[in-house]
Amino acid sequence: MNIVVCIKQVPDTTEIKINPATGTLIRDGVPSIMNPDDKGGLELALTLKDAFGAHVTVITMGPPQADSMLREAFAMGADRAILLTDRAFAGADTLATSHALAAALKKLPFDLIIAGRQAIDGDTAQVGPQIAELLDLPQITYVVDVQFDGKKTLTVKKETEEGYQLLSVDMPCLFTALASGYAARYMSVNGIVTAYDRQVEILTAADIQADPATLGLKGSPTRVKKSFTKGAKEAGELFEVDAETAADLIFSKLQEKFII
Amino acid sequence: MDFNLTKTEQLFLQMIRAFADKEVKPLAAEVDEHERFPEETVAKMAKTGLMGIPVPTQYGGAGGNNLLYSIAVEELSRVCATTGVILSAHTSLCMAPILENGTEEQRQKYLPKLASGEWIGAFGLTEPNAGTDAATQQTTAVKEGDGWTLNGSKIFITNAGYAHVYVIFAMTDKSLGNKGISTFIVERGTPGFSIGKKEQKLGIRGSATCELIFENCRIPADNLLGKEGKGFGIAMKTLDGGRIGIASQALGIAQGALDETVRYTKERKQFGKSIAAFQNTQFQLADLKTKIEASRLLVRAAAWKKDQGLPYSADAAMCKLFAAETAMEMTTKAVQFHGGYGYTREYPVERMMRDAKITEIYEGTSEVQRMVIASQLLK
Repeated sequence: MNIVVCIKQVPDTTEIKINPATGTLIRDGVPSIMNPDDKGGLELALTLKDAFGAHVTVITMGPPQADSMLREAFAMGADRAILLTDRAFAGADTLATSHALAAALKKLPFDLIIAGRQAIDGDTAQVGPQIAELLDLPQITYVVDVQFDGKKTLTVKKETEEGYQLLSVDMPCLFTALASGYAARYMSVNGIVTAYDRQVEILTAADIQADPATLGLKGSPTRVKKSFTKGAKEAGELFEVDAETAADLIFSKLQEKFII
Repeated sequence: MDFNLTKTEQLFLQMIRAFADKEVKPLAAEVDEHERFPEETVAKMAKTGLMGIPVPTQYGGAGGNNLLYSIAVEELSRVCATTGVILSAHTSLCMAPILENGTEEQRQKYLPKLASGEWIGAFGLTEPNAGTDAATQQTTAVKEGDGWTLNGSKIFITNAGYAHVYVIFAMTDKSLGNKGISTFIVERGTPGFSIGKKEQKLGIRGSATCELIFENCRIPADNLLGKEGKGFGIAMKTLDGGRIGIASQALGIAQGALDETVRYTKERKQFGKSIAAFQNTQFQLADLKTKIEASRLLVRAAAWKKDQGLPYSADAAMCKLFAAETAMEMTTKAVQFHGGYGYTREYPVERMMRDAKITEIYEGTSEVQRMVIASQLLK
């Protein structure tokens, strides 16, 4: 089984502090990490590798600094790492990113593509599904558990707002994974020791033969109108009343705000 | 001269720091309180390859070096000194002498299982009447037929009871003093070898520290480690390496106590302001931070020298002396900064102060380190 995992390096948003004077994010000195859902996706792939002997490739689109995250993927157990990097990719929104990744994926052998559900710096959850559409693959999002019949069918537990769905799908297909479904393993010591002796393959826009109009800023229909920091919510009002009074109270509050 | 960690070392630090915070820190108070050997943590360390960091891959190790090993002991000890010493004794005191003095057969037989963490290692030199003065030891090994017969006892043995492999020192010729000491590998379960009393300790209470008893314990001739009569040299060289491990442990304890103190002094308010706002706090913390950074440079320089194959005996003694005394000072002051709370088990600095003391005692007291340093200086 050939598995390709799409991963992204993101600023560790749990470490980001807000400048109290300006209300803006302080990004200086914030460490870069492998996006948590992507790491869960890599763990899913490595779990399948442990059980069935898969070959796991990780691919990322990003600046050269993303190399350190690919080394981390090697140290966790990835077999091959690809960095998609080119000035032509700069300014890409999720659609242009998906075009670039899909073009690169067309050049790779795969039975299963795994992407994280969403990145903590953008939270769009669009790239995985867009890649599936561009490659015309069946997709299952929000995957938390996978069973394999050893041939070509995967049985998948998908998380929904109400609970879980059990679905089965034949490969080739695409999943988006949740960090909560797969607690990532630690890098192994030997994996770390050898990570920088291994080869990260670099692919440019020319290598993937994508339509230049679909890449980077040119291929990005998204326009950011305004960025702002969400103001902190005020503390809510607390009422300790019985259920009937509570219902009346909620009703009148909603009326007051013209919600109903 | 480059003082930055290499990319490999940075990646290792990223892993071990997360491991320490997520897997080790949550257990530290309970392990101390119940004097419990954290077997589950050792199993997780084994899975990650931490039990064989500086062992070459041909012997089943991770193929790392002593600097990575030192960083591992530091980071583990930052949150739990018990876990730090389990790794230190296993690596420096058991695997290192087998790697450095063992025959190819001995390396192949013992190192893969030790480095994978399937087996834990220990070291037995100290006796009731032979601490620093190793030549006065009374455990004997007599050559009989195709093997050796051991009689005597060892005390204060780290990892005892949980270890499978013990590197043991015994007199093979009492008339020769230091030159009559030899080294042996003894496996758990060998008839005549048993584990005695478990010590109740001030600190590092989760590490198993017990007596070893040898009563007509028969071991094969092949279990002699190094040449007959060369045990004293093996012990001293092993302890040189071990001191880097203990210095790393002391450094980790000191760093852990500093981290706790910085957090607490910023939060704790007295007289309308945080106690970190008082100049007395600031000056003391500045001095302690400086000593911790100096310790770190000494520790890493000693580990680097060992990795380069350079002489490092005095460097190991200096880093252990300085880091251990810094750990004691840092943790004592950490308790003081925490006031009454620091004296309780509600905060970890109380445990850290108890843990720090042993670093001035084992693998050569601070007085012994001064002897080693002075003897090199004045020779």
